[in-house]
Amino acid sequence: MSTIDHDAELLRAGAHVRGGWSATRFLIRRYPLGAAGAVIVVVFVLAALLANVVATFDPTSTNARSSLAPPGSVYWLGADFMGRDVYSRIVHGARISLAVSVGATALGCAVGVIVGLMSGYLGGWVDLVVQRIMDIMQALPLLVMALVMAASLGPSLQNTIIAISIALVPNIARVIRSSTLSLREQPFVEAARATGMSELRIAVRHVLPNTLAPLIVLATAQLGSAILTEASLSFLGLGVPEPHPSWGRMLSESAAEYIRTAPWLVIFPGIAISLSVFGTNLLGDALRDMLDPRERT
Amino acid sequence: MILTLVGMSILIFVLLRLVPGNISDILFDAAGFVDPKEKARLERELGLDLPILTQYWHWISGLAQGDLGFAYVTERPAVEEIAPRIPVTAKLAVLSLFFSVVFGVPLGVISAVRQNTPIDYFLRVLSLSGLSLPSFWLGLLILMLFVRYFGFIPIFTDRPDTLWKELALLSVPAAAVGFRSSALIMRLTRSSMLEVLRQDYIRTARSKGASPGSVNYEHALRNAMLPVVTIIGIEAAFLIGGLIVTETVFNIPGVARFLVEAVIWRDYPIVQNLVMFIAIVVVVVNFLVDMAYMILDPRIKYAD
Repeated sequence: MSTIDHDAELLRAGAHVRGGWSATRFLIRRYPLGAAGAVIVVVFVLAALLANVVATFDPTSTNARSSLAPPGSVYWLGADFMGRDVYSRIVHGARISLAVSVGATALGCAVGVIVGLMSGYLGGWVDLVVQRIMDIMQALPLLVMALVMAASLGPSLQNTIIAISIALVPNIARVIRSSTLSLREQPFVEAARATGMSELRIAVRHVLPNTLAPLIVLATAQLGSAILTEASLSFLGLGVPEPHPSWGRMLSESAAEYIRTAPWLVIFPGIAISLSVFGTNLLGDALRDMLDPRERT
Repeated sequence: MILTLVGMSILIFVLLRLVPGNISDILFDAAGFVDPKEKARLERELGLDLPILTQYWHWISGLAQGDLGFAYVTERPAVEEIAPRIPVTAKLAVLSLFFSVVFGVPLGVISAVRQNTPIDYFLRVLSLSGLSLPSFWLGLLILMLFVRYFGFIPIFTDRPDTLWKELALLSVPAAAVGFRSSALIMRLTRSSMLEVLRQDYIRTARSKGASPGSVNYEHALRNAMLPVVTIIGIEAAFLIGGLIVTETVFNIPGVARFLVEAVIWRDYPIVQNLVMFIAIVVVVVNFLVDMAYMILDPRIKYAD
């Protein structure tokens, strides 16, 4: 019902679609900002996957002699107080950022979808109880929720992912619930029921796939806030611990002391955070325009 | 509303005790050796040996009477630790909200009225970048500019000489927080304006010959502002997130930075009361926004 036939859509818009390449070209022309976002995201993912290849140094190896070396031909983006190469740490930091954002979003979506589907499809007292709990969770800002969770679970990569994912659940559960509510009344659900399908099978096989479009849009949007939340947690010293190079912690290590003497320690990790979030946001916006015709402007 | 807050208090309480390890563990870890007798004495003193339900009851009954217990770290009443830090954060929050509305609404209108022009593209990229920049990084960049061009870092003092001086000091971090929120308001104003501009009554206004300015600002903006008002409720939650990191960057002795310190020290009385306080603020702001919405839009009537 809410899935769109993209080829038909493209044809209607006047594109002569033959093969993948011209479709791609059409999409780039129609959503230039989204295409830019996609490029940034691809670069970000490649940096994370190929961190060992593209990094010029071991991100954790220290060298007293190159302490606070300015950017140059050896240390492309300079070196920090312990003589660690900033460029290599940023590239490896992409790995942490990607792991946390994708992990937290996937986990948050999985839980959110189950909760939302249950709440919307079953209705009644299940819905009532679940919605109250979501209300409660939403009264806390994302960062505060993650902060309390991270503090209670203790600092580790895994716990950071769990902390952020729990904070993401209410948002996702809410969207899935509202689309399930309207899907539940659709004729095809009634038809499925008439053929004697079990309720669980209807919910999973017929309702769930139709909630995918809003879910993809939402998940992309959550990626950005997951990256930001991880950076903030690490900046506050409650996120991913040593020895993982995390962008947020790179900033907190350098923040107060080297702001005068080594500005590259402040500038480059911040650019990495902003650019990756910017890319996912651009991509998310374009996906929303593509997949959600109601929001189209 | 009350139900939400009661549920919230249970959630906070459970979350903080989810994992084994309390302040006595941290203190004794730091000391390097553990004398079980000493540890038990400390736990008894802090009430950590009581059953969890009793601990919860102590907290809630105290909360109802305005007694928030004692901070573990400073051993002073939690009220005395929290209350003096509230005004700074409140001023900062109001100032940030002011910035975000003052920039967000007009830019959002411009972006909608000039849809798909270079200005619109520029403003959309600007607002997206506002959502992408972490506010602590923005704060650090501002500090860096201060060092470069003025040669000093603005240091926040508790007792500034004049109101203007205090405003000037606070407006720097407020701008860092407000930039992010203004991006959110700008996006919402834009989409809300676009929605309204497609309505029949706008076409009617245009066809009767009203000037574009009059149509945009008198007919469209007034109706487009309704959803924007709602977002101020969401904004309250959003701002607090920004304040937490920004107060840390600028070394402002407010409640938000205090929360981080308390979390790191597992100072339960401070953390649970502060988080509860934040939740109350968010819930009350949302309630007030709902009320305001009803006054602004006569079509909406709440059943209860």
